[in-house]
Amino acid sequence: MNPYRRSLFIRIATVLVYFFLYAPIIGLILFSFNSSRTNIFFGGFITQFGPLIMDGSTVVQSPCGPFHWFCELSKNAEVRNATQNTLTIAFISTITATIIGTLAALAMQRYDFRLKSFSQLSLYIPIVIPEIVMGIGILVLFSQVFTFLNNALGLPSGARLTMGLPTVIVSHIAFSVPFVALVVQARLQGFDKSFEEAAMDLGANELVTFWRVTLPMILPGVLSGALLAFTLSLDDFVITFFTTGPGATTLPIYVYGLLRRIITPQVNALSTIWVLVVFTVVLILQRVQNRQT
Amino acid sequence: MLKRLRESKSAQGTLLITPTLIFMVGLLIIPLILTLIISFGERSADGNVIYTFGWHNYARIIGISHDCANGQATCFDPLYAQILWRSLTLAFNSTVLVILLAYPLAYFIARSHPKRRNTFLFLVLVPLWTNFVIRVYAWMMLLRTQGLINIVLGWLAGLLGIHFVPLEMLYTPGAVLVGMVYEFLPFMILPIYTSLEKIDNSLYEAAADLGANPFRTFLRVTLPLSMPGVVAGTVLVFIPVMGTFVVSDLLGGKQVILIGNLIQRQFLDARDPTFGSAASLILMAMTLVVMYFYTRKFGFGEEIVVA
Repeated sequence: MNPYRRSLFIRIATVLVYFFLYAPIIGLILFSFNSSRTNIFFGGFITQFGPLIMDGSTVVQSPCGPFHWFCELSKNAEVRNATQNTLTIAFISTITATIIGTLAALAMQRYDFRLKSFSQLSLYIPIVIPEIVMGIGILVLFSQVFTFLNNALGLPSGARLTMGLPTVIVSHIAFSVPFVALVVQARLQGFDKSFEEAAMDLGANELVTFWRVTLPMILPGVLSGALLAFTLSLDDFVITFFTTGPGATTLPIYVYGLLRRIITPQVNALSTIWVLVVFTVVLILQRVQNRQT
Repeated sequence: MLKRLRESKSAQGTLLITPTLIFMVGLLIIPLILTLIISFGERSADGNVIYTFGWHNYARIIGISHDCANGQATCFDPLYAQILWRSLTLAFNSTVLVILLAYPLAYFIARSHPKRRNTFLFLVLVPLWTNFVIRVYAWMMLLRTQGLINIVLGWLAGLLGIHFVPLEMLYTPGAVLVGMVYEFLPFMILPIYTSLEKIDNSLYEAAADLGANPFRTFLRVTLPLSMPGVVAGTVLVFIPVMGTFVVSDLLGGKQVILIGNLIQRQFLDARDPTFGSAASLILMAMTLVVMYFYTRKFGFGEEIVVA
């Protein structure tokens, strides 16, 4: 009997579901070559270099040809700023959350202490409550604390404490730590304590044992935890939405703000770049993973 | 001090968990307690919080209104109860649809040749990693009156010589349902795949040897063994659908108000943080109750970690 036999129904369903997953993305990419100024209409694809006629009357010089909207995007200072913020937040929160989460996983897996069951519970909460509840909670905390401090210290209007990059970063750390801890914990469960015991018997102290034995063994887990934290941070909309402030706009927040006002093919160009970057990164990661196994 | 730390396993464990606890207590537990305190408070004229104690916000959500048309002191206004019910049914419907779409695909991948599985999984990961907001936007482009679906339908109608009136699909409850299913489908595919992949081939062979037809094998072997994946996927889909406001905001417009939209507006436009806090806690309670009974019935799968 062939173990890889799949019925016709399964095959057809698979093709349809993949079509459902990809049709919107392909549409998005096609519309980034729209020759209409707004994406309310489809004005045909931009095909020529040089002057473009848009919306019937306005003529635009486009040296970039079909990539007109990509050129416009690269001139957009708001997009550049939002990209920079998004990456800053993602890098700082990933590194911090990975370290903290790995320590937590070690504590949960290798030690007994008084607050253990409380800690395990608090690590599960962010996974089982809707994100908006956590976002609202952090918003309430910061706004009440900031109002109190601003009044108590009598800060002048220029120096008042407000939401911004720091509040977004600490919030991202807070929701990433549980995911890192769970992934690393799963990895720690799988391996043999006797390696660590052998190192200790041979005279290594706890720190050396951790550095030379434990860490190399759990490194794949730590890395996949870090990767998860990084994508969670890049993708996050809800918590950022409630904890961000002036000057701390991230890409998802920027796109959302645009969508509520006007829709230009620039958003499509941005999305196309995003999809291509994701495609390349996932491809590379899979190659690396395949080589390891 | 240092000597104690070196000797006591318990002190070492506490030291390792402390940074995590600082974040979890500071940015999760304290905020939740503060949300609870504020939910009993009142809104001041300038939109700030007055710390009082009363159940008025909760009464308002379940429909007890003091803003009555015919001069009564209290009357029943089901507006918010309807929003809660709509969110709950939408989350239920989305989850069922997501399971129905995800299962065949996960099954297909799990029963592919091991060499090709990674490619199929890769194709699931790309949409998942493409930003959440961008994925909603993609559906706006498809569903609008001059969107891609209507362009294609209009072209087909033109070929057949039929008069075509573009369909109004955006800003309907159906658009929100499709958007939710699309957003969270990969979160169901991955855990179901993980549990299907663990099933030993010999079980299928044994079932076939004992005379079970493929349908019976699926019902008695495959489905029960893949339930941990379905449960984990349900947790990963149901909870975010309950709380998301972006999908309903962009695809439903003013037509589809969910509890997420209600909460968001209290903190931005309408500015009653006390009512928003109460709604947020009701949302949390509803989600936890549903998930508690669901996971108690089916068990809590460890597959949740893979996504």
